[in-house]
Amino acid sequence: MILLLILIPFAAGLASLLIRQDLWRRRLLIAAALCHAGLVAACWIRTAQPLWSGWFQIDPTAQFFLTITDILFVAAAFYAAGYLKAEKYAMSKDFEEHQLFVNAPEAVFTACLLLFLSTMTMVITSQHFGMLWVAMEATTLVSAPLIYFHRHHRSLEAAWKYLLICSVGIAISLLGNFFLAISASGSGVGVVSLMRQDLIAHSSQLLDSWVKAAFIFFIVGYGTKMGLAPMHTWLPDAHSESPSLVSALLSGALLNCAFVGILRAFEVTSAAGLQEFARDLMILFGLVSIAFAALFIIGQADYKRMLAYSSVEHMGILALGIGLGGAAVFGSMFHAMNHSLTKAALFMVAGNILAAYKTKTANDVQGMFSAIPKSAVLWTMGILAITGFPPFGVFMSEFTILKAAIDSGRYYISAIFLLLLAVIFIGISAMAFKMAQGRPEKPLEVAPERALSVWPPALLLAGVLVLGLYVPSKLSDVMHTVAVFFGGGR
Amino acid sequence: MWTDIIMVLLTLTNMVALGTSRIRACIRIVAFQGVSLGLLPLLTHPFAPDLLIFAILNTLLKGVVFPVILVRTLRQLNVWKEEDPYVDYGLSLLAGPFVLALSWWISSRLPLPAAISSSMLIPVALFTLFVGFFLIVSRKKALFQVLGYLVLENGIYAFGVAVAFQQPLLIELGILLDVFVGVFVMGIAMFHISRQFDHIDTDRLSSLRS
Repeated sequence: MILLLILIPFAAGLASLLIRQDLWRRRLLIAAALCHAGLVAACWIRTAQPLWSGWFQIDPTAQFFLTITDILFVAAAFYAAGYLKAEKYAMSKDFEEHQLFVNAPEAVFTACLLLFLSTMTMVITSQHFGMLWVAMEATTLVSAPLIYFHRHHRSLEAAWKYLLICSVGIAISLLGNFFLAISASGSGVGVVSLMRQDLIAHSSQLLDSWVKAAFIFFIVGYGTKMGLAPMHTWLPDAHSESPSLVSALLSGALLNCAFVGILRAFEVTSAAGLQEFARDLMILFGLVSIAFAALFIIGQADYKRMLAYSSVEHMGILALGIGLGGAAVFGSMFHAMNHSLTKAALFMVAGNILAAYKTKTANDVQGMFSAIPKSAVLWTMGILAITGFPPFGVFMSEFTILKAAIDSGRYYISAIFLLLLAVIFIGISAMAFKMAQGRPEKPLEVAPERALSVWPPALLLAGVLVLGLYVPSKLSDVMHTVAVFFGGGR
Repeated sequence: MWTDIIMVLLTLTNMVALGTSRIRACIRIVAFQGVSLGLLPLLTHPFAPDLLIFAILNTLLKGVVFPVILVRTLRQLNVWKEEDPYVDYGLSLLAGPFVLALSWWISSRLPLPAAISSSMLIPVALFTLFVGFFLIVSRKKALFQVLGYLVLENGIYAFGVAVAFQQPLLIELGILLDVFVGVFVMGIAMFHISRQFDHIDTDRLSSLRS
């Protein structure tokens, strides 16, 4: 089963390089996404067998994050079908500098999307730290071409930064792997493999100082990829310059993968009796990320960059939740799901806005309600959701984390958290609602909104709304189980 | 004894990499580093067939494939020298010994559990790592940054060998494959950069701000 999960998108990716008709290639993309999602759904009914004596395994963590990834990927695949059709004409005008540019070949784009899914599945399911590293670096390499879909110099610059910064970051976490290995080999029990289960089983014999060093390297290395400040510098560029559906996947799925990497390291560090140390670091990086995001969201002119910084914020919230422990860990898991769905929907809507207005500057976008009414409704809903308005799921999860912080008596942290959330709320809403209201400055020639560019974000947002009102007991059970792994309680 | 010689070679190549402005020379140096490091596990570890396979693959990739890819990119770009890096070459060379001393100091303070075949392994691995970082941040040409990434990778690899830690062959091959694809993709990216911008100076890649 796990093998199929990895191989189906991989094979489909290779096949899409060979298919010549665009229509069939798009169908293949959707079919592969649906197959993958179907298999993951099957994991909810019966547990999958571990692969290769447990190297890959669908534990509750993997099951939870795979589900998020797949919901997003299916939505993105449908969106992509419409998007690629609209982007088909050979040359487009660069709306910022009015040069002509072409797009990357569609076959390569589709292939990279599918390989991206395959490598993300590997990251999430792998139980071996070495394998996790290999898969994580692979996600960087297959997603860099996705960012450079529009062949103009800004997207190239973004792709280069992404490639170099993330590769170096991930190289740092390879050192983390070695440190972990040293800590395991030092105590005289012989060589412990880097399997998660082995490390946890032998956790009492791990050498403290090396585990500490390893965790620092993991949080810096994988944190680069997750977009934790101050290692987030690649993120706003990559998210704003890539096609919107890629931004949706980067933000909603890829950042979560890096989060899984940190979580696995957190689990081992906690098992070795260093939970306090690890938690403090998570709180630190979490708050710094939220603060950085607040700083850059205020006065941001570009609405896609605003969404990107909001991702930095929410990654910070995830880290903070893990750091606070207790009920906040559950909140953090819940938040991961809410954020992914909301942010992916928002990026897709941002793509619709971009297609209609041909600008990324928020000030030049006005009167969405009259020009693109469906997207305008979705945009307003999405902004309300992401800034933590009830009754959306994001509100529930942020509230859970905040409540846990107050309950555990950490008033300073709660106050800072709340203040930063308020600042971000003001920053985002000041920009975003103005875009929806008013009248377009000049009459726009807008094509009618396609079903494929409206329905995927609409369904994602509907999901966030439902999660805010009612969490299925099976989902909440899984989230609780996962939370217990990472030091959570009820 | 042979390990020590390799370590001395590694230190010297790092110094050359710090001081050279010619990119082709630097590619050769990094390739030489790759080959000597590729042979290292054969000296430090007891012989095993999969170790041999890995060593051969590693040496081939770092000693032959990477230089070929990079020199080809170099020809396409027609950029042979970096005239003014952020940190001057003289200053870089001067920084070298300091960084080396720092690496020795750090490694003397690391509580290493396992017996290590050569006392020079850890400090030199750290030195290589730092030099890689230094090259990435102090040079403007994209090619130099890729070379810096490779030196960094070499340093991490040396560290892995030093702590006598054997990952399963599959993982080692996976890491190697990642680095290979990484260099390949970076090569393509540099080609596009030079076509779009007529240069590969990364300090002028600055249209994306805040």
